Amino acid sequence: MSNALLEVRNLKKYFNTSAGLLHAVDDVSFSLQAGSTLGIVGESGCGKSTLGSTVLFLNEPTGGEILFHGDDITKMKKREFHRIRPRMQMIFQDPYSSLNGRMSVHQLIAEPLIVNKICHSKQEISQRVAQMMDTVGLASRLANAYPHELDGGRRQRIGIARALILEPEFVVCDEPVSALDVSIQAQILNLLMDLQDSMHLTYLFITHDLSVVRHISQEIMVMYLGQCMEKAPADELFTNPMHPYTQALLAAIPVPSADSRHKRRELLQGEVSSPVNPKPGCRFAARCPHVSAECCSGSIPLTEVKPGHFVSCLHCR
Amino acid sequence: MNPVLEVKNLSVIYKTDMETVYAVNDISFSLEKGKTLGLVGETGAGKTTTALSILGLLPERTGQITSGRIVFEDAVLNELSRRELERIRGHRISMIFQDPMTALNPVLTVGDQIAEALELHNEEHLNKWAIEKKVEETLEMVGIPKERKNEYPHQFSGGMRQRVVIAIALVCNPGLLIADEPTTALDVTIQAQILTMICDLQRKYGTSVIMITHDLGVVAETCDQVAIVYAGEIVEYGSLLDIFGGGSHHPYTEGLFGSIPSLTGHAKRLQPIEGLLPDPTDLPAGCKFSPRCKYCTQLCRQKQPPIREQNGHQIRCHYTPDSRTITADAGTARKEDLE
Amino acid sequence: MAKTKKKLSMNGEIWYRFRKNKAAMIGLVILIFILLIVIFADLIVPYSKCIDQVGRDRLQRPSLKHFFGTDELGRDLFARVIHGSRYSLFIGVATSLMALVVGAVLGASAGYFGGVVDNIICRIIDVFICVPPILMSLAVVAALGTNLKNLIIAITISCIPGNVRLVRSVVMTVSEQDYIRAAKSYGTSNFRIILRYVLPNAMGPIIVNTTMSISDMILSAAGLSFIGMGIQPPAPEWGALLSAAQKFMFKSPYLLFFPGIFILLTSLAFNLVGDGLTDALDPKLKD
Repeated sequence: MSNALLEVRNLKKYFNTSAGLLHAVDDVSFSLQAGSTLGIVGESGCGKSTLGSTVLFLNEPTGGEILFHGDDITKMKKREFHRIRPRMQMIFQDPYSSLNGRMSVHQLIAEPLIVNKICHSKQEISQRVAQMMDTVGLASRLANAYPHELDGGRRQRIGIARALILEPEFVVCDEPVSALDVSIQAQILNLLMDLQDSMHLTYLFITHDLSVVRHISQEIMVMYLGQCMEKAPADELFTNPMHPYTQALLAAIPVPSADSRHKRRELLQGEVSSPVNPKPGCRFAARCPHVSAECCSGSIPLTEVKPGHFVSCLHCR
Repeated sequence: MNPVLEVKNLSVIYKTDMETVYAVNDISFSLEKGKTLGLVGETGAGKTTTALSILGLLPERTGQITSGRIVFEDAVLNELSRRELERIRGHRISMIFQDPMTALNPVLTVGDQIAEALELHNEEHLNKWAIEKKVEETLEMVGIPKERKNEYPHQFSGGMRQRVVIAIALVCNPGLLIADEPTTALDVTIQAQILTMICDLQRKYGTSVIMITHDLGVVAETCDQVAIVYAGEIVEYGSLLDIFGGGSHHPYTEGLFGSIPSLTGHAKRLQPIEGLLPDPTDLPAGCKFSPRCKYCTQLCRQKQPPIREQNGHQIRCHYTPDSRTITADAGTARKEDLE
Repeated sequence: MAKTKKKLSMNGEIWYRFRKNKAAMIGLVILIFILLIVIFADLIVPYSKCIDQVGRDRLQRPSLKHFFGTDELGRDLFARVIHGSRYSLFIGVATSLMALVVGAVLGASAGYFGGVVDNIICRIIDVFICVPPILMSLAVVAALGTNLKNLIIAITISCIPGNVRLVRSVVMTVSEQDYIRAAKSYGTSNFRIILRYVLPNAMGPIIVNTTMSISDMILSAAGLSFIGMGIQPPAPEWGALLSAAQKFMFKSPYLLFFPGIFILLTSLAFNLVGDGLTDALDPKLKD
């Protein structure tokens, strides 16, 4: 697909730790069409946040290519990259720590415009900030407030306004609602979806919450210890999960309905290990109920079992 | 059957020089032996404050119970002296905290920490050897091999630490266990393991549990009775079936359910509750939910709603679903927010 | 919801908490008092009185004519203490500010960039830290010669290593915050991040440290003057006054008492204010 907005090929990000080489993201590939949303799900430590920041080149990748409109940003010169930077933005998880407490709401939202020298007069900046605040549902009287005076939902709106004021095409949303209360979470999710329509945004939506990811994404990628386990359109993944890990993940979600009380579920045993110097073979082998000898040798390729449905498991062919 | 715990008209405030926070306003509930009560609500709704007042652990300088009685196994907890309370706390009532990373002492082995809980309330006069044996049993009970008792907390993962916390809470075989968001910091697969374990242990030892959570899914899987808490009040109270079944509900409960993205269907848009939680230092007069309520009328804004009860299913609202209509003032909170 | 309560601004809240701290307020009052003395020294008593040697008024006890008495050369001690405050405070504030600026630049670079930069700066600082500060000042003064400028340089140098370490550790914690990552994500330059994001948020502990260090600096200056390596006569620096007084310690103890009490009060005041600021800037410590 040559018309993809973003294409990531064999992206790798390793960290040197005292325990050894940590494979945070290991050989992940995907492509994103303009205006669509790819959801990345996984448990803590699966590398989903590292993937998000590496795609935006906030971390330098260890290997692989990131093609934005067909140009590889990993090979760009600094100046070239600075021109592209405003078109790729990020919304952060924690609305408390992602805002500089010493700046007012207005200053926070205006900062990207000033830094990138987009507006030249103060008037122009104020006008755009006011417009953006209106778009994300922040009352204009809050312009001079400081983040510590506001609640989580409003702070997250500031974070969204800050990311969108540069009119990006591609936005990485790193757990944007997981620090919020349910009723506020729903408001923010609706806002994100409305903005996607009106500003024609493309999202990489990172979360651990499966119900949220199903709601917002067209396509979902399930990650485990730095690798992609399964990738499929949202409905397909939920109705027909193929990888044993995806199945376990779906079974583990507590369902808010009256009949789930005494239903016995098949529980996944064990815990996520760390991807330091991983053994060859399937990363999930240690916890997999269907593990066999061949799972632990050689690499397991991501294969297309159905159109658009990719699984990385030897037993799902 | 006599309830294990009965909370009657409990009100709690936090008072500082600058402001008074009305954290809990006239909450009543009771809990029978071996049952689980879910306290559901958003941040700042007063769930944790309720739990802390039961344990007598409100911050001394600011927290204060202004009215109400907390009766546990024939003792009125909020009238006991500090020493009497200490005998009950940790022994007959235990608490599990949200964050397993900070709830354990990093310089003691997990075995020592469990043993300490036992030694503090050593009413059966166990000797060293018996305590050691009990510690091992408890560890096995929560699914940790007893060989690991000499390890330190940092050698355990998050899920394993929460198991240790639960082991400490249960080692004295308490009558009441208060679990404050016990799985919020954990991954889903680990959450499922821990919840199943809590339920199994509860069934085995007949412990009563108060499960504090914001996750309706967790409630559905663990609780018998559910109380929906909003701005320090119980707005709806009933059995699991009452709350999750199709019957009539408080508008806030409806809003909570409308806010959760569905796993099965594919609703194109969520139906969130507009507006924000009220400022607990300056609660609205009348119904506390009125500024965010779709059905709000003049009456709601002026008068505290009564509790309507039907077969134990209580709703604190002026109207029944048949008598209320979406009013013109709907979403006042939202409008004010934007002005 | 209609009436949103007026909330205090961040600085307002800090001031509110500071005001509630009695010890800190006492410190602040003393400080203001001493500052007034510094500002209006010439109005209180003309400078000429400090250096006028009146032969017949030698070693007079405190009286209405000479509030604090006179020294062995017949100079009015009251005038010398009042004007000495200018030297002492100037040295304390100037050295602390210089050490703060140098410490902030080096510490912020080390903490923010990490890696090689951090390593180089830290190793150099380690070398400096091996030498006791008073020895370091002595060596510098001995090498450069004794005058006010060199004294300030000497004390500043001895104070820099501690400042660098403090700023570095604060900056390192601040640099891990999400808002720094956010700033990078919309392309903010490192210089702007340090200036607009890192330093303002690291300011709390740094302000406290600087306030506290002023009193240390005054004491070091007094110490150096005491052993004759600081301000030279006839300039009336407090430490120098003490030094001159030691010969007459038993005969005229008031010569020791007045400068001593001023040194004590000033450094106490700065310490109290520093303590108060610590609590006011970080309310979590107290509750």
